[in-house]
Amino acid sequence: MKKSVFLGALTVAGLAAGAAAAGTMDDVKARGTLNCGVTTGLVGFAAPDSNGEWNGFDVAVCRAVAAAVLGDASAVEFVPTTGKTRFTALASGEIDMLARNTTWTFSRDVDLKFEFVGVNYYDGQGFMIPKELGVSSAKELDGATVCIQTGTTTELNLADFFRSNNISYEPVPIETNAEAQQQYLAGACDVYTTDASGLAATRATFENPGDHVLLPEIISKEPLGPLVRHGDNEWGDVVRWTLNALISAEELGVTSTNIDEMAAGTDNPEINRLLGTEGTLGEMLGLDAEWAMRAIKTNGNYGEIFAKNIGEDTPIGLARGLNAQWTDGGLLYSPPFR
Amino acid sequence: MTTITDPPKEQFRLSMLLNDTRYRSLTFQFIALLLLIAAFAYLGSNLITNLRAAGLNISYGFLGEPAGYDINQRPIEYTSQSTHLRASIVGIINTLIVAFLACVTATIFGVIAGVLRLSKNWIVRKLMAIYVEAFRNVPVLIWILIIFFIMTAALPSARVYLGEDPERDLFLGLFAFTNRGIVMPLPVFQPLGWAVLGVFIASVFGVIAYRRYATKLLYDTGKLLPMGWPSLAILILPTIIAFYLLGQPITLDRPDPLANRFNLQGGVTILGSLIALWFALAIYTGAFIAENVRAGIQAISKGQTEAAASLGMRPGRIMNLVILPQALRVIIPPLISNYLNITKNSSLAIAVGYMDVTGTLGGITLNQTGRAIETVLLLMLFYLLISLGISAVMNVYNKSIRLKER
Amino acid sequence: MEEHLSVSFVRTEPLPQLPPPATEQGIVKWLRENLFSGWLNTLLTVLSLIFIYKLASDTLPWLLNGIWNTDSLAECREILDGTTGACFSVLTDRWNQLLFGFKYPSEQYWRPTLAFVLLIVAAAPVLFFDLPRKMLIFTGLYPFIAFYLIWGGTIWTPIFALLGFVVGYVVYSRLVRNSFATAFFSGIAAALVSWWLGGFLTDLLASETPALEAVQSRDMGGFMLNMILGTVCVSLSLPIGIVLALGRQSDMPIIKWICVVFIEFIRGVPLITLLFVANVVLAYFLPPGTSFDLILRVIIMITMFASAYIAEVIRGGLAALPKGQYEAADSLGLDYAQAMRLIILPQALKISIPGIVNVSVGLFKDTTLVSVISMFDLVGMIRGPILASTDWNGVYWELFLFASLLFFVVCYSISQYSQWLERRLQTDHR
Repeated sequence: MKKSVFLGALTVAGLAAGAAAAGTMDDVKARGTLNCGVTTGLVGFAAPDSNGEWNGFDVAVCRAVAAAVLGDASAVEFVPTTGKTRFTALASGEIDMLARNTTWTFSRDVDLKFEFVGVNYYDGQGFMIPKELGVSSAKELDGATVCIQTGTTTELNLADFFRSNNISYEPVPIETNAEAQQQYLAGACDVYTTDASGLAATRATFENPGDHVLLPEIISKEPLGPLVRHGDNEWGDVVRWTLNALISAEELGVTSTNIDEMAAGTDNPEINRLLGTEGTLGEMLGLDAEWAMRAIKTNGNYGEIFAKNIGEDTPIGLARGLNAQWTDGGLLYSPPFR
Repeated sequence: MTTITDPPKEQFRLSMLLNDTRYRSLTFQFIALLLLIAAFAYLGSNLITNLRAAGLNISYGFLGEPAGYDINQRPIEYTSQSTHLRASIVGIINTLIVAFLACVTATIFGVIAGVLRLSKNWIVRKLMAIYVEAFRNVPVLIWILIIFFIMTAALPSARVYLGEDPERDLFLGLFAFTNRGIVMPLPVFQPLGWAVLGVFIASVFGVIAYRRYATKLLYDTGKLLPMGWPSLAILILPTIIAFYLLGQPITLDRPDPLANRFNLQGGVTILGSLIALWFALAIYTGAFIAENVRAGIQAISKGQTEAAASLGMRPGRIMNLVILPQALRVIIPPLISNYLNITKNSSLAIAVGYMDVTGTLGGITLNQTGRAIETVLLLMLFYLLISLGISAVMNVYNKSIRLKER
Repeated sequence: MEEHLSVSFVRTEPLPQLPPPATEQGIVKWLRENLFSGWLNTLLTVLSLIFIYKLASDTLPWLLNGIWNTDSLAECREILDGTTGACFSVLTDRWNQLLFGFKYPSEQYWRPTLAFVLLIVAAAPVLFFDLPRKMLIFTGLYPFIAFYLIWGGTIWTPIFALLGFVVGYVVYSRLVRNSFATAFFSGIAAALVSWWLGGFLTDLLASETPALEAVQSRDMGGFMLNMILGTVCVSLSLPIGIVLALGRQSDMPIIKWICVVFIEFIRGVPLITLLFVANVVLAYFLPPGTSFDLILRVIIMITMFASAYIAEVIRGGLAALPKGQYEAADSLGLDYAQAMRLIILPQALKISIPGIVNVSVGLFKDTTLVSVISMFDLVGMIRGPILASTDWNGVYWELFLFASLLFFVVCYSISQYSQWLERRLQTDHR
């Protein structure tokens, strides 16, 4: 008799599984919230404040997607992931998308079967070192002790850089940014290396940020972007074009303040298509016409999000650099909305 | 005239499977086996479905690929071009190193604290009680982090030892204590140096032989030969003579403050993360061992001490010949399971960045290759083998010390 | 009357007793005997005193000069202005986060607090035998109340869960007179059926706005998460541990070997690898599309871990019982289930209680390991959001001191209780 109960349970589980294997978009809509994977805490990119509200550059992407799909920017469940757990969390369906400064690499895209939908931050690995050591180039670091945050591509880049320059170093792998910082400040390592944006964010929290310099060498390309599972192209498209909408909005001059008047209709047909007053772009995505408008309205366009979270007026103080629009000499280039 | 008739053959009925004790155990086992197989089949089929859906497969090919990352403590030859397999082996050796060091140190701490807890000295007794309670009742992860922070904060950076005119001189000209680790000289053996080492090993055997001889002489003739000084002389003198005769063939590779602007060069560095993990595990487990030692000593009834005393034994001998051998029988089994705990807790190395097997195979390799199932399986297999090995030793020991009742 | 003059003096009354020498009485005697009774002891005493002085002189100024009311580390350092002192204000500022995590709705904090208080009430009759046995009814109800309080949502979920148990028990007690096995399995079946039905009814009855706002598992955090994991896993692992221990002692080879392999496997690997399994591997073994939340997966793994250890403790208790007890049960004609329930287990469990308490304390401490797999328990909160925030970047000692203190208080009280119990249960006279 016990066996039949067990078989019954098996059947029920099988049925449930069959029912659940629909597209991610339907899942998200049915659930009413978006499960978005973020870091466990990196100021400026994704960190909970003292009220437990998540804020940051990566968080803004999640919120924009939630606003586009669900119409509610707060309908996001943020799932903190570490370098180790992020890919499993995405592959197993625990999260719908991952926006955790993850580098777009060949093997992640092809071998791990993920789909990077775009780049929201062009980064590169840099070095931070106390000014008093008088080092001006990373090539002078022979014999130095280097703190690395584990679980990223950082270890590999570092090993490659030192090997190709034929100089030696001692790696000190550290789990969290906060601990790496403590080690670095106590002099347990000479250099701290991670993505340049992360270095800037970390330096901003020091008591005396001026005592530390970022070395000019950027030893790797780190295009960071949101990613989704391979094979669910409808969902991938939604995330990709939400990101593109944020970028395009900046290019077209649509901001969170003027969006309402622009939504009434403008002379620029691309703005009209973007904001849904012309054409059926939203319908093609399986969303309503105002999806992009909601996404932009949440936190503003790409430029506004950048300025609010990591821009020059924030403690993190990052310049736009590579992340300027292509019209300003940067790399941000959204495909056209038509 | 009696006839023996067979008892009537009982008809086998299906309900006997459940109600007859002769068959019931078979039924239960059969059901259990079925359930087990069903559970495994269920999990396995899920795994296959999931992997197929994700387009992944189970493969250990990544072990042969270059790891691409560096490890800061390399007991064997390793570069970033070595394979993931080699990285895992480096990790395994590092695990064994820290586990061994921590086991030895924990035993020392534990025995000292356990004995001192029974001391007559009130203040020492109370201090030891505080030590034991404080360490036993706080998670080991917190202790590892705290001791790591203490190391980082209390010791100076390596820079204070560097340059022409350092802030701090090397201790004895040989040692440097920095928050990166302890730098100490490394003996370098020239060819003849190995001969000196040979002489030393020979002297050790010499000491053992002398002691045997002295004991034999004592038992045979009652003549008491001095033990301490001759042993020491046999141990040291030949080695020193050989060392100078052969022209000082062993030199020290001293830490050099001038060679590099960032770190002391030369010598050997015991990493800060190793020290932190080592001491945290040792102090934490030492508190448990202290309790075992105390319980072991208290378990020996007072009559044993009194009996030995009435035979005219001195207190030292009572401890060595009567109490300890009996107490050990109580102490050793939990001691070995504490060693097992140390080995398993050493996996917390990832909290301080010590590159043990959880840090290499279960850490960076897992991150870089994304092969979660394979790496976690290998990791469990490794720890399982270690545990089974230690348990086997324990069983052999338990058998050997079992009270022989004749 | 003639006096004997040969004796020049005879004392007619005893001398008043002299006080003992100054070195043999009062505090001096105590000091001599306890602290300075030999050169070794004196040395130890002096060393200890130096150690205590060093420790006190290093930490006391830091502790006493602590600042309790600033909003950020920078502000605190400004007030301290270079003097030694602790910034305890991180504790006051982040108090709720340390205790409840950063996502539990702040206006609902009373719910876990109440659940914690009720936990003490519910645990009392289990821990202290003198209390009225009727309180056990509340203990039985507690899991459902606590679930409702902490997770909230519709009240029908815990009610139907409870109902399932009641139905199962009723079926069991009806049938137990015929055969234990039939009754047991029928009970389980009845419970399963009623849960299944309850599932449907819950969906029908659940109102849109439940009285208590539903809180997701992944919003649990801080010390509350340690408490939840500790209590849930220990209580779940007890019955499983008993079953495993009985299985390991069983005469049936297959069942015995299943139990042996399970126990030895779990005990052979570190908890952290099991947590890795929960975190990165388990998802592959579940039916596609189902996603248990992390806390549930972790509870499953920690429960497996704890039950293997508890099984070993109980096996020790079973083995310690004199053989006569088993034989006595057999000679009374009791079957296996009866013998176990009525004779063996009550005694074996009693012997095992101190061991079980030890395992529980160890397990409770081990719940901090979940911070390694990105769960925000107390240690995870400290290493993650709090230290990563711009306000409190660089406060280590105060936070870890607080965490150790919290764990110490809980674990020390449990171990004291265990010692008290051990003394109480000691029925042999030594």
